[in-house]
Amino acid sequence: MLNYFMRRLGYGVLVLIGVNLFTFVLFFTVNTPDDMARLNIGGKRVTQDQIEKWKAERGYDKPIYWNGKEQGTAQLTHTVVWQRSVSLFALNFGRSDARNAVDIGHEIKTRMWVSLQLAVPLFLLQVLASTAFALLLVFFRHSRIDFWGVVLCVVMLSISSLFYIIVGQLFFSRILHLVPISGYAGGLDAVKFLILPIMLSLLARLGSEARLYRAMFLEEIGKDYVRTARAKGLAESVVLFRHVLKNALIPIITSAGSYLPYVFLGSLVFESFFGIPGLGAFVIEAITGQDFAIVRSMVFLGAVLYIASYLLIDVAYTWADPRVRLS
Amino acid sequence: MPKLVFLWTDVVLYAMLLALAWYGWRIKVNPHLRANWAKVARDPAALCAGIVLALFAGVTLIDSVHFRRALPAAAGTAGGVQTFYATSTESLLDALLSRQVQMRESGYSEPLAAIGFNKEVFERDGAPVRDYPRLKFAGSHLGDPHEQWVGDVALRTFLGALAGLVVAVLALWLTAWRVRADHGGVAAAVKDIAADRSHMPLRAGLITFGVICLLGGPVIALMGQYHVFGTDRTGNDVFYQALKSVRTAFVIGTLATVATLPFAVVLGILAGYLRGWVDEVIQYLYTTLSSVPNVLLIAACVLMMQVFLDKNPELFETGAERSDIKVFLLCVILGVTGWATLCRLVRGETLKLRELEFVQAAHAFGVSQVRIMARHIAPNVMHLVLITMVLNFSDLILFEAVLTYVGVGVDPSMNSFGGMINLARSEMSRDPVVWWSFAAAFAFMVALVLAVNLFADGVRDAFDPHTRSFRPRYRKSSKSSAA
Repeated sequence: MLNYFMRRLGYGVLVLIGVNLFTFVLFFTVNTPDDMARLNIGGKRVTQDQIEKWKAERGYDKPIYWNGKEQGTAQLTHTVVWQRSVSLFALNFGRSDARNAVDIGHEIKTRMWVSLQLAVPLFLLQVLASTAFALLLVFFRHSRIDFWGVVLCVVMLSISSLFYIIVGQLFFSRILHLVPISGYAGGLDAVKFLILPIMLSLLARLGSEARLYRAMFLEEIGKDYVRTARAKGLAESVVLFRHVLKNALIPIITSAGSYLPYVFLGSLVFESFFGIPGLGAFVIEAITGQDFAIVRSMVFLGAVLYIASYLLIDVAYTWADPRVRLS
Repeated sequence: MPKLVFLWTDVVLYAMLLALAWYGWRIKVNPHLRANWAKVARDPAALCAGIVLALFAGVTLIDSVHFRRALPAAAGTAGGVQTFYATSTESLLDALLSRQVQMRESGYSEPLAAIGFNKEVFERDGAPVRDYPRLKFAGSHLGDPHEQWVGDVALRTFLGALAGLVVAVLALWLTAWRVRADHGGVAAAVKDIAADRSHMPLRAGLITFGVICLLGGPVIALMGQYHVFGTDRTGNDVFYQALKSVRTAFVIGTLATVATLPFAVVLGILAGYLRGWVDEVIQYLYTTLSSVPNVLLIAACVLMMQVFLDKNPELFETGAERSDIKVFLLCVILGVTGWATLCRLVRGETLKLRELEFVQAAHAFGVSQVRIMARHIAPNVMHLVLITMVLNFSDLILFEAVLTYVGVGVDPSMNSFGGMINLARSEMSRDPVVWWSFAAAFAFMVALVLAVNLFADGVRDAFDPHTRSFRPRYRKSSKSSAA
């Protein structure tokens, strides 16, 4: 077990190095620190002094890959790639490229909790609602309810999440005045700001998830153990809940688990539409403001979360299915 | 004589049309493929979706022939010296809808309206009044819009619907005439089609076609004098924008999947067949790529592409070429970042295939490894490629809207569903609500994505050996034909 984790972790580090190197090379071959300085300082006349100052503040004033002027290990460490890319492994994100040079690490720490408030209830409700809906369809399989349920799923998954948001905001906030249109407040007040995005996000993904789960359940339901259970005289609901659901857990874990990184990173579109100051909105602000340092940091963070969530999924497998052994 | 312009995406779209024609020929000669596609055609939902898709594809192709008009020679210069071309690139669709392009009002107007949406101060009988002004173009043929508007619109709708009905009945008769041999005469064929007793689900297909005709007829009849879906803030026709957006959606849906193929298929087969260190390296590559949330990875690449394009303005002559290169590169980026899933599938399938007897036999005969991979393995993973392509298509269309919202999608100067939704967002918060842009984007996008999804399901059911089941027609079994 421990051996397995060490191996997976080692591979994870290797993947992270790859991700990091890829984004770094991508960003720094296309534009130089001088270009970035000019872009971010803005204005028509940018003096060389301003550029040097901007670079020095953010540690871009060194050679990119190799510092020939220094001695020993400093040749490697006194470079942009070391200070802005390798240092990410120590979760040292540095300052952003924008003029106000916010501390990225601090931003992530404060925004993370907001994102989690939105994403954790959403994640749990998502799994619950999709499973419930899929089980309902499977219970009434080959009937009119099943047929029209699947039609509903297909229609729902054909609608862009942006439509759900816009119509939801119009209907619940502007016409019915049930919840504020957008914004965020700490403490218990957060509920009234978060409930609409959670509900709409749930709705937006219900179609595809429920259809997927239904297919998984139907695959299980054709198996021998289900026939045995029915032959024993168990009620259909018992068969479904106690036997089929348990055995379909593995694919459900895989599908829900692949969504885990987004639980932490926040839902990009929903956060920015509803003005919730989480990590997703942070990313969108960075992209529209062309703040490359933040984008690089978030790419790294996303990769870390991906690797962590895959380890979690593996652990969940052993819990769901005792036959699975990690080795 | 206008000068033809070959945009990058046009070239690729037409290359894909050629590939499709070649594939059609393959279907004709290959009995297995023919059987599978016949299965798709027998699925009523897939057939109807296919008809809708064909309509959209037609719009896309018309919109993919681009040219620049020759400017009239300046007065005083001798002809034949040098023709100058307009700086704007037009497509065949623009030329067809030139009336819509010209009918540019001064601001918002409701669908089919003859008077403006906002009150303005203008002069009437010599005195300034503040009222809803008449639109410059829409309904300009009416003497008194308040009196004649209802009658005119109703008449045009009726005539359009009538024409649509005629076309639909004609289609029914033609279909019946084609299948008359199987049913014993045209009249009997019509009766059988109406009762859904035909080899193919002709009734469903004809109903779809009829609905399209009944919707399209009035639209065409009204289009010349009114804005069927209203106008946007700058007075441009929304219906025209929606039609143009179809091409963008199609380009992204097809190009981005095609761009994944070289990586996914070649690397997947290599990894699965050669195994060893090749497998390790390729697995590492796709694990690394898929470990970054895709929006972030795409955003990072697109940001760099924008920097690159800003630094190299000599790559394009006109604005249309610039936005076209952007879409093209966006598709390439979507392809380069999105091949992991298909590659994983192809690798798994190849791992299974390489142990089968026919591959072993080829190996024993001394067939080279490259040839085994190309002739024996590649054709047998193609069903995966096809299924993934059609399934990805709808995801990409939806994804485009999100990317455009994030600011890393298509160029704002290019019509796209994402751009329309983005603008509609602020329009929906106005009072009174400007809903028609949003509604048009919604209607077109849902129609397109729903059609793609239903078609993809049909293709998957026909090609995926896991879901393959015997589904006879004739027997009325509406229960088992779940969408």
